[in-house]
Amino acid sequence: MMMRATIALWHREIVRFLRDRSRLTGSLLQPVIFWVLFSGALHGSFKPGGVDYGQYFFVGTLAMITLFTAIFSTITVIEDRKEGFLQGVLVSPVPRSAIALGKILGGATLGLGLAVLFLLLAPFAGVSLGFTTVLATLGVLALLAVAVTGMGFALAWVMDSTAGYHGIMMLVFMPMLLLSGAFFPMEQAHAALSWVRFVNPMTYGVGALRHVVQGEVAGVPSLTVCLLGTTIFALLMFALGTWVATRRSVRNAT
Amino acid sequence: MTTPEATAATAAPAVRASGLRFDYGERCALDDVGFEIASGSAHGFLGPNGSGKSTLFRLLSTLVSLQAGDVQMLGLDLRTQSAAIRRRIGVVFQSPAVDQKLTVTENLRYAGALLGLAGQELRSRMDEVLAATRLQDRARDLVGELSGGLRRRVEIGKCLLGRPEIVLLDEASTGLDPVARAEMWEVLRAQDGLTVLFTTHLMDEAGEADQLTLLDEGRIIAAGTPDELVRDVGGQVLEIEGDDLPALLESVRDRVAGSAQLVDSVLRLEGDNVPQLVPEIMQQHGQGIRRLQLSHPSLHDVFLHKTGKRFVVTASDESAGKKKRRRR
Repeated sequence: MMMRATIALWHREIVRFLRDRSRLTGSLLQPVIFWVLFSGALHGSFKPGGVDYGQYFFVGTLAMITLFTAIFSTITVIEDRKEGFLQGVLVSPVPRSAIALGKILGGATLGLGLAVLFLLLAPFAGVSLGFTTVLATLGVLALLAVAVTGMGFALAWVMDSTAGYHGIMMLVFMPMLLLSGAFFPMEQAHAALSWVRFVNPMTYGVGALRHVVQGEVAGVPSLTVCLLGTTIFALLMFALGTWVATRRSVRNAT
Repeated sequence: MTTPEATAATAAPAVRASGLRFDYGERCALDDVGFEIASGSAHGFLGPNGSGKSTLFRLLSTLVSLQAGDVQMLGLDLRTQSAAIRRRIGVVFQSPAVDQKLTVTENLRYAGALLGLAGQELRSRMDEVLAATRLQDRARDLVGELSGGLRRRVEIGKCLLGRPEIVLLDEASTGLDPVARAEMWEVLRAQDGLTVLFTTHLMDEAGEADQLTLLDEGRIIAAGTPDELVRDVGGQVLEIEGDDLPALLESVRDRVAGSAQLVDSVLRLEGDNVPQLVPEIMQQHGQGIRRLQLSHPSLHDVFLHKTGKRFVVTASDESAGKKKRRRR
């Protein structure tokens, strides 16, 4: 029963996403526009580690896609509660962990799918991807997508308003992305900020992506550390999302 | 053949609750509530805003945990066997729990998956439910494109998909027109042996109940069949609006067989003999009377009789369902 319920909730996320044309269009075009504008604007003036900014930010855009998709897919938890759909699921016989699983895997699948589409633009960024590199990239993206979707789910579950969730997004998610090395290298950052990259779990996700897409990169923790950090991040956030969903509270009943 | 055990099981109440208490912080929402609901009956909980009926619904639907008291549903303990209870109940909320971006069929398919149904069994149950709710022609339509009444039928269909033994309805007909409300009840009544528990603030819907429990400020104030409750008020009800009602009250108080009281600037006289008092009242106070109405008691009168206050349905009660739909 749990598996069927998880698959049903996962499938619902995908169907709803594909039917929402504005969300679909925004999700597809926003990262491309960001990448084109940033890499175009900084083309001649900024070469982090001697790498063309288009190539550098290509990896950052992959991380940005998974993060933003997680945000917008987990915000539906709040909408589901407001619209009453969540109550219907909560009184069904399925364990609440199945709800968390379906939602997190649904959001992660969307993030991964959009990132895969963006990977098709690699040749335009001057990034060459072999078969093994693509597989490794997908593996890292999957871990990162589960991690950030699990985190978004846990936050959305305890929040009442989408406006409040947007506020938290700007307060938590954006700094996590900005200080992860997705937009610019952090190794030369001010001493007051340089330590942040080590406690920011996104650093390891972005770092792992850089390793598999660009090869050895200076100023980024080793691939092993990055993979370990991302895996721990994913496991913790997945566990957190499942835990918050299994707690019965008066708030979810209203 | 029916075994004695099976007979005993059938005769056992579908729901038995005792000593229920529920607090939201310092506010008591339910206080010492207890009742029994016979299998196969329709049992209504009627009360105004804040009477505790929604809290009771949340408890019975397993959305919130019991704080104090005991509930047995279908012989299962709500405190320790809520997962087993969920498999045997269906729930319809006041706010729609259907996904408006999905079709009727998709909504039913997902609901079936949450009940562990799949394959031929799920298809067969969906066909049955679509037929019962007369939604076959709209099966491929997006739920967001359906009228409020049809959406409610989808909700009922979802609820019936798992062949529940008990259905819980929380103000399920709020926002529905009388025709749609009647259709909803027609579908539910057609389910053999189904026990229906519903909360409502609508007096005419309360009349659908075989048994009715009136709640006010978290307490049960009356229980019985709608006819019994109305009979309990007795006789007829005379309502008078006009000038100097306290004086009028004093002049007739001793001669009214039932109760006589002023409620919100309306003089209410209850009893078998109030029709005989009308000529005298008109003769002595006719000049100051603006309205005089003689009627048989209604459930409104039962509430007023028991609590001394009017059953007020606020705008938020009436429009809650509609607002939730408009928000989309």
